[in-house]
Amino acid sequence: MSRRRHSDDGDGGQAHKRRRTSEPIEIEDRLESLICRVGEKSTSSLESNLEGLAGVLEADLPNYKNKILRILCAVARLLPEKLTVYTTLVGLLNARNYNFGGEFVEAMIRQLKETLKNNLYNEAVYLVRFLSDLVNCHVIAAPSMVAMFENFVSVTQEEDVPQVRSDWFVYVVLSCLPWVGKELYEKKDVEMDRLLSQIEGYLKYVRVKTHVPMLQVWTAEKPHPQEEYLDCLWAQIQKLKKDRWQERHILRPYIAFDSVLCEALQHNLPPFTPPGHMPDAQYPMPQVVFRMFDYTDAPEGPVMPGSHSVERFVIEENLHCIIKTHWRERKTCAAQLLSYPGKNKIPLNYHIVEVIFGELFQLPSPPHIDVMYTTLLIELCKLQPGSLPQVLAQATEMMYMRLDTMNTTCIDRLVNWFSHHLSNFQFRWSWDDWADCLTVDLEKPKPKFVKEVLEKSMRLSYHQRIVDIVPPTFSALIPAEPVFIYKYLDESASSLPGYPVSVTVGNAIKNRASNEEILTILKEVPNPNQEDDDDEGESFNPLKIDVFLQTLLHLAAKSFSHSFSALGKFHEILKSLTDSDEGKLHILKVVYEVWRNHPQMIAVLVDKMIRTQIVDCAAVANWLFSQDMAHEFTRLFIWEILHSTIRKMNKHVQKIQKELEEAKDKLEKQQHKRRDSGDDEDMDKNSEDEEGQLEEQIERLQEKVESAQSEQKNLFLVIFQRFIMLLTEHLVRCETGSVDISTPWYKNCIERLQQIFLMHHVTIQQYMGTLENLLFTAELDHHILAVYQQFCALQL
Amino acid sequence: MAGKLNALTSDSYIDVSQYRDQHFKGNRYEQEKLLKQSHTLYVGNLSFYTTEEQVHELFSKSGDVKRIIIGLDKIKKTACGFCFVEYYTRADAEHAMRFINGTRLDDRIIRTDWDAGFKEGRQYGRGKSGGQVRDEYRQDYDPARGGYGKLAQQHRVTEGRNSF
Repeated sequence: MSRRRHSDDGDGGQAHKRRRTSEPIEIEDRLESLICRVGEKSTSSLESNLEGLAGVLEADLPNYKNKILRILCAVARLLPEKLTVYTTLVGLLNARNYNFGGEFVEAMIRQLKETLKNNLYNEAVYLVRFLSDLVNCHVIAAPSMVAMFENFVSVTQEEDVPQVRSDWFVYVVLSCLPWVGKELYEKKDVEMDRLLSQIEGYLKYVRVKTHVPMLQVWTAEKPHPQEEYLDCLWAQIQKLKKDRWQERHILRPYIAFDSVLCEALQHNLPPFTPPGHMPDAQYPMPQVVFRMFDYTDAPEGPVMPGSHSVERFVIEENLHCIIKTHWRERKTCAAQLLSYPGKNKIPLNYHIVEVIFGELFQLPSPPHIDVMYTTLLIELCKLQPGSLPQVLAQATEMMYMRLDTMNTTCIDRLVNWFSHHLSNFQFRWSWDDWADCLTVDLEKPKPKFVKEVLEKSMRLSYHQRIVDIVPPTFSALIPAEPVFIYKYLDESASSLPGYPVSVTVGNAIKNRASNEEILTILKEVPNPNQEDDDDEGESFNPLKIDVFLQTLLHLAAKSFSHSFSALGKFHEILKSLTDSDEGKLHILKVVYEVWRNHPQMIAVLVDKMIRTQIVDCAAVANWLFSQDMAHEFTRLFIWEILHSTIRKMNKHVQKIQKELEEAKDKLEKQQHKRRDSGDDEDMDKNSEDEEGQLEEQIERLQEKVESAQSEQKNLFLVIFQRFIMLLTEHLVRCETGSVDISTPWYKNCIERLQQIFLMHHVTIQQYMGTLENLLFTAELDHHILAVYQQFCALQL
Repeated sequence: MAGKLNALTSDSYIDVSQYRDQHFKGNRYEQEKLLKQSHTLYVGNLSFYTTEEQVHELFSKSGDVKRIIIGLDKIKKTACGFCFVEYYTRADAEHAMRFINGTRLDDRIIRTDWDAGFKEGRQYGRGKSGGQVRDEYRQDYDPARGGYGKLAQQHRVTEGRNSF
């Protein structure tokens, strides 16, 4: 608000003019501020603030009704954690001005239709919940709300629609009941029973839950089952019903105004038919409820509500909403989380930590960028230094203990979080507590986790630091020192066939020889694949690549920048050496050989080589799945490289598609201009020329898009094919040897396959037909096919 | 009807700061325009020993890093405690401003700020002694940034001489 007034040190006269023309905006800002911040930083009670605000808004209605309507509708959609505060406000306004209440309800219905049309299903939930709470405020008549719920639930009778569609409508109804179940049952118990019975039928007999294994953070049922979200909500509502809809957690300011609100006239919701299913609809994906704490974990203080209590649902919903509202501003977010109303009756720190990790580990992906959660937790530790760090340590300890059944993708995120967190606290940790990981096979989840954490921690510090922070007993888990391994280092390598040329070419590079000179020197490298001497040396010569690249990267080993500079300077040579697929594969092999102690360097070099087209994405995929890399297959850096490669491919396709769209738009505009410009012959001719050029450009871009999409599809085919080969081999071997298939390697591999689907589901959906026809056929081992089927179940 | 609420869309961590580069070639308006569109961040309060690798690891958490330029002492050509981080997209740079600014790298709280864009020459410190200006005048002892400030160092030497 005041930002605008002080935005410029203009002279007095200008400021005055500006103030007059910007008045409406300032009033809108003032109203927004009043409404959004009601009750904040006030010594009076929330109720008296609401009463005051209702008075102010009532007075403003004659002049600013539409603005107020807009703001209240937006608040209903964007501040769901303050739902009952604003339903109370609307209730008070309705009591004072019946027409306004009616107009607000109409506006909300319009907004609901808009959000559904635009696939904003999460926001639509908040709108429906708001409407349902308006029943409690005597704004909406209970029977009309029940009627809307009946229409929603009838979606479960629709045929040939994705399950996620009917899921959503059931979810909306169930998730409103904590707020309004009591009131609706008091007014319309027969109808509500029928409603719940219909829902029960859908959940028990119609709904399929193939997707659940793919979304669970832990595969174990103990200590906390990872429940399917609708199953959990249903159990919570059942329990609430058994408790006669007595719900004591939700803050309900409207109770204090009961006498006023009782007098108000209610409105009927217009009959609301859920919009039909459209093919491009994107319903929310199903979820699994993340639980890591129960009442036994908070040692003193208030007890944690049970997993099937409705309080648990409401608390988690509200905390998720707070994060959704304030994630961009970590200090505000932390403060809002810690000032949760009713915090004294619950072990708030535990709830907060559980909700945050629940989001961080959410599959397919967290609602917000991973690093946000790290910084938010640090902020929370700053605000509650006496209590939150302990809860966080307890949580970390618990997650360590359950690593054996934790989904590999979630372990990745845990590794990244923990190492980054530690780097902000001088890497202080009681590593000795985890000495048990030293007694098992190093490929098992616990030692693997510690190893990856130490590797990431080293990237954020340096090798000696890691040696210093862990007990000497942990030495087997300490990462290697990230030093270059140069084959041709000194005379001891003189017997190697490439050694002489490595010396010559090294000197040539140091003396800034030209590319031609260097290529001439490289001609002297013998080709181990060739028998004839009279070959021009044009075909693939692995030794040539080896000698040149090892020498070049050795000279540039000092830093990333040095290496990038080297790749740039000798781009021409590298491109000619990697003209063939074998060449591309071999260059990756050499990069790995020299930098195998420094996975971070490998990753940035591969990235650079893709971006400068020295190698392509398929080559990288083939290299990662090659026999040479089999021993590294379960290491995190391999998968980071693969996913980064897929992302680059995706971004490349999107970029060209965007260029194509822009060119098409330009052509359309041009054609409109010509149509509107009339009969000017000269204009016409110029226009035609421009259009012709644009059409040519569009044709070219069209080809480019098709070619890029083909490359993208091929990349996924390569990856999936390789997975299938590896997994099938393992399964067959185990079967013939009558050995248990569940080795650590297998768990890692099958979950990595899942991870490909989950992390790139949007892109992969385009190629489902090809995948099903070519790869994921019925002949496939059912273990592998199950992954594909679970993935399909995410949007069916 | 759908709209945003100004009161709720506060995103103060990505706001442009008060700092303006005095050596910028162009007027205030042009500089501000570039800052608002920039994909490049200035990173300050680094230790002299912080490496490009460490910077890359940390700043990659908010998106793909295009380029890192380590700030150098103009005379010694060694790291002098700042760098530039350039992202491929504005969005990734914004995430860094929201979630990496004000957290630790190499045990030090680092500070990020929008930069109008790297130009050759801007990788050098502008202090008289070759490092950053802030290291000319500071009075505290910071072992990761060459010990005492340059002026304070000179004082100590002079004092030492005088006490003879």
